Amino acid sequence: MRNLFRLILRYHHVFLFLILEIFSLSLVVSYNNYQNAKFLTSSNGISGYFFENFAGVFQVFDLKKANTELAEENAQLRTALQHYQLRSSNNSIQSYQSQRNPLISMTRDSLNKIVYFFTTARVINNSVNQRHNFLTLNKGRIQGVKPDMGVVSAGRVVGLVTNVGENYSTVISILNERWKLSAKIKRNDFFGSLSWNGKDYRKVQLNEIPYHVPVQNGDTVVTTGFSSSFPEGLEIGIVSEYSLGSGSNFYKIDVNLAVDFRSIVQVALVENRQLKEINKLESLNNDGK
Amino acid sequence: MVNNLLKYSLIFIVAVLLQVLVLNHILILRMISPFFYLIFLLLLPYDTPRAMLVLLGFILGLSVDTFTNTLGVHTAVCVLIGFIRPGILNKISTRETRESVSAPRISTMSLNWFIGYTTIFVTIHHLLLFMLEAFTFQGFFFTLMRAVLSGILSIMLIVISQFLFFRK
Repeated sequence: MRNLFRLILRYHHVFLFLILEIFSLSLVVSYNNYQNAKFLTSSNGISGYFFENFAGVFQVFDLKKANTELAEENAQLRTALQHYQLRSSNNSIQSYQSQRNPLISMTRDSLNKIVYFFTTARVINNSVNQRHNFLTLNKGRIQGVKPDMGVVSAGRVVGLVTNVGENYSTVISILNERWKLSAKIKRNDFFGSLSWNGKDYRKVQLNEIPYHVPVQNGDTVVTTGFSSSFPEGLEIGIVSEYSLGSGSNFYKIDVNLAVDFRSIVQVALVENRQLKEINKLESLNNDGK
Repeated sequence: MVNNLLKYSLIFIVAVLLQVLVLNHILILRMISPFFYLIFLLLLPYDTPRAMLVLLGFILGLSVDTFTNTLGVHTAVCVLIGFIRPGILNKISTRETRESVSAPRISTMSLNWFIGYTTIFVTIHHLLLFMLEAFTFQGFFFTLMRAVLSGILSIMLIVISQFLFFRK
């Protein structure tokens, strides 16, 4: 027994090394299995504080662009609102279904109840240089942010809220190999799954589009309504390149992202008020199997 | 002793904040991004206890991981760097220098020695870091290229910072 103690004492740094190394590797492994870690993310108070106070320094350069984008979005929404008001005065159900702007037309369901709610938040940290990129927002649980809320910038998809702290929240970005999103080609409604291959921060890949579907460069790729975090028809990007691998039944499609991830300043959070009901319903289905 | 504690705490804080607030936003040619924070482990005195090195590596990695949402990746690599540092230092420096000077610096060693020393650790650190981050052998050569090119930038930053901040 005394020899054992002596051994441990003598090689205590080796034991410490082994314990800490196994601990951190197990963090890596469990992190890779389960989409997101449940603790020590950038939504905590300390890193949030630093990001909040220093983000401004670097975002000053992007402000001009952000202003223009917001002004453009405002103008679009005003136009859409006018159409909407004109048509709703006719009081027909088709009127708002034929709306072109998804931000307005898709926020209501057929019972004329508002389903999607939008709030804004500021991006205080953002990265594009890793394989698994995240954003940090300056709003958290107290401000009403919940996990699985969609995040959009000027009506275009940015990511999904994963971790929520008291005052800050973490968003998994499209530029993260661990997140897949269902998306469709706007022109013909064929859908596939969208993911990032970790190479170019301006391009994501759309997979599982079968070879008989007509695809063109310049086709717009939008969200499907499947994920229930995003309304249907939000812009993701534009097809820039597509090819059919030899012997493959599916296209490889490169999509140029509509959002410039290096200069996101302001985002909108999308809340689906029926998410609870949808989840409940879907879990019923799974139990029946 | 207290002086040293203050000094190295300051280096720690500056290195981590510089990394997460500034350098993490750098992306050259869409794939090169430096990891400068390793400098903290490189600059620690020769007589730092081995267990202390491992522990400091753990704390350093965990701090960076928390900011970048990569839980465990930087931690695992930094713990390893802390553990192998004494062994490698024993190989590349003599006992006399280790006893006569307190810590690895350009001013006490030579520029060539310091570049070599930095290169060894940055290479190990970056290779492991980029592999662990990718967590797959798919696109292995792309990962390797990213690691090597980013490594070169990190080495340059670390050596240049020596001239800027630690001149005697």
